[in-house]
Amino acid sequence: PQRTAARPPNSSPHTPAPHSHVPLPLPPPRCPPGPTSAIPPRGVPVSTATLTSSPRAALLAPSRHDASPWRRRAPGEKRGGNEGEAGGTGVPERGRRAGGQEGPAGGGEGRYRRERALALRSSSSALYNNLTVLCPPARPPRAFGAVHGTTLSLLGPEGPPRQLPARGGGSALSTPLLTQAAWCELPARVLLVLTSQRGVQADGSTLVFWHALDVPEHPAAHSVFARGISVAGERFICVGTSSGAVLVFDIPPKGTNVTLSEVLEQHRDPVTDIAAEQGQAPEGAGDLVTADDSGTLCLWSTGEEFTLLGKIPGSGCTCSSVTLWNGIVAAGYGNGQIQLWEAGTGQLRAQVSAHARWIYALDLAPLTGKLLSGAEDSFVHVWKLSRDPDTDDVEIQHCHAECVTDTQVCGARFCDPAGDTFAVTGYDLSEILCY
Amino acid sequence: RVDEWTDVDRKRVMNDIISTMFNRKFMEELFKPQELYSKKALRTVYDRLAHASIMRLNQASMDKLYDLMTMAFKYQVLLCPRPRDILLVTFNHLDAIKDFIYESPAILNQVDETFRQLIETYSCLSDGEFQLIRQTLLIFFQDMHIRVSIFLKDRVQNSNGRFVLPISGPVPWGTEVPGLIRIFNHKGVEVKRTEFTTAGNYFTPQREGSFELYGDRVLKLGTNMYSVSRPVETHVAGSSKNLASRAKENTVPNPLAKEELNFLARLLGGLDIQKPAGGEAGFRLNLFTTDEEEEHAAQTRPEDLSYKVVNIEATQEPGRRAELARILGELEVAEPRPGSAGKGEDLLALMDGL
Repeated sequence: PQRTAARPPNSSPHTPAPHSHVPLPLPPPRCPPGPTSAIPPRGVPVSTATLTSSPRAALLAPSRHDASPWRRRAPGEKRGGNEGEAGGTGVPERGRRAGGQEGPAGGGEGRYRRERALALRSSSSALYNNLTVLCPPARPPRAFGAVHGTTLSLLGPEGPPRQLPARGGGSALSTPLLTQAAWCELPARVLLVLTSQRGVQADGSTLVFWHALDVPEHPAAHSVFARGISVAGERFICVGTSSGAVLVFDIPPKGTNVTLSEVLEQHRDPVTDIAAEQGQAPEGAGDLVTADDSGTLCLWSTGEEFTLLGKIPGSGCTCSSVTLWNGIVAAGYGNGQIQLWEAGTGQLRAQVSAHARWIYALDLAPLTGKLLSGAEDSFVHVWKLSRDPDTDDVEIQHCHAECVTDTQVCGARFCDPAGDTFAVTGYDLSEILCY
Repeated sequence: RVDEWTDVDRKRVMNDIISTMFNRKFMEELFKPQELYSKKALRTVYDRLAHASIMRLNQASMDKLYDLMTMAFKYQVLLCPRPRDILLVTFNHLDAIKDFIYESPAILNQVDETFRQLIETYSCLSDGEFQLIRQTLLIFFQDMHIRVSIFLKDRVQNSNGRFVLPISGPVPWGTEVPGLIRIFNHKGVEVKRTEFTTAGNYFTPQREGSFELYGDRVLKLGTNMYSVSRPVETHVAGSSKNLASRAKENTVPNPLAKEELNFLARLLGGLDIQKPAGGEAGFRLNLFTTDEEEEHAAQTRPEDLSYKVVNIEATQEPGRRAELARILGELEVAEPRPGSAGKGEDLLALMDGL
């Protein structure tokens, strides 16, 4: 899901939430009980990203989130918050490093711990970006989704875990395999979008739209499928396809009158991931990035008509996951590298030998610039992106590493905009692990 | 009884099975672009191949053999360093097979022909396409956690049936050892290098495996697990909690069953089994220690792990052959008709009743 809500740094923390995880069995939600589906009702307002000060100033305040209600609990610390307590390994201020803290010498953002494992009805499939998390900023309860073959495993704040089957099957056709699922948070509504070998479906409380792909009658040498989902420009949902085309759907604030606004044809290889700008785009940097199997990245400015602003040619190595934040594209590749590109100029600004195997998931926390990466090598890494105000150089520091033993990670998502909590799933794993 | 077999018998079985598997028409069918097979369909084909010669296996031994094959292949696909390496694994399989039949030039030729076709079809695929193939194969193996003795012994599999994924060793060819961060300025000049450390312990490999007809594959995955005689025990876990997903898989009718039966039919038609001199039905391979153990295994196999195999008896008697020839005739239909899913199921049921 695209987190378009970024809280201005100076705002006071909202509803105190001593729990930074979803406990099992799930307690009743704080707000009056809504519909039993995992999707919150339409009309949930999602504020747009506006940083009160300049983007750079916001980036230079890593310790702002100390005041966040999601402050990480140090080991041994009680629940209920220990604001102001100096003991233990609290979140370090700039220049102060808490003793006994494991982790890299540089970033020093504090460690994460494994908290809960949430059971899914079925195990997760090995697919890129195979975890979607819905965490509306005003409500702690979250919902999770991970694809298993032809169904989507859902875990909501209310009710038992359930499964949503892919549409597009019929009496004469076998059920298509799903490739990805993502919650798309638009200003007026939230849609759960699923892509499969047969098409694109979007669900609210009922089916909102179904778009069928041109699937040949007999299997051809190249598979046909849709893959890559993102909100764009607060009005559109973009979906990639195996032909390289990106479908742009215009979503009305309510109802099912969804139209295919445009088809963008710049990629020659199957699309892998799409991401919208989650912070503040600098001049000319565009607000959407699309990635494909060859590693090619396209930068777009969204609107009535989408404009291609730039294309970063790939080297043949698949870019499986991509994020865009304050004009920085973070891309994860099949060779385990993370690369940071300047969206405005297409210049490579950083190269990280991050993983020993294929990267499957990237996610970004817009409040802090934290980057999460998950790969087949069993590792999940947390990084910190920033920009030097003098040189304008992009910085990336390693913050934390988690090894999910004997698991090929296929989905990793932050569960809050500051990046204090995250969730992970892997191939053959029937759980979502929360940190 | 395996100890009653002579070397001539062993060679005979090996030749029969391999020449059936690499039969040109069979291979032609396999090389056509198609959907992933259902577990039932694959098991049926496997069953047929195992019975392509004078060797017989009872249900329990057949189940065990299939379990072994499936888990071994899952291991190989899962642990491939690069998606492209599944091709190297396949080449390792073929290299080992060629070793079994090097004395029969005709069969060797068949295998080489397939080898060439593999090189031609797959060498030009991109990494992304190989990953898609691998991801699709992993869907087939999802939720299978049967424990295999030699894997447990070699610490390659945990006692819960999940494979050990090492965080040390060579990185895949084309990947760098994790740890380095390089920063570039707006002109593209490298201005800073930093390092990070993790629990992993990797090193750069010396060379890449060969994708040619002959060559050092470097990769050990896919080489003969049983090159030295090793135990064949498997431990089938009790009912798994993924009963829901498995039950669903079995109930969704596969309308492609008809397609599968077409090439199965060709396989049947292409067979030419000679009756052994003694007139008996051939030798029976028992993968358990005693007959009683085999019988017990058949009776106690958990329901959710039953393969619901289509039982096709190898054709030995002329009467049977005629019956099958008639069915063969019925099966050779030109075009798949939409909405004929029901017929596919009927045909499978028909073969069930043989």
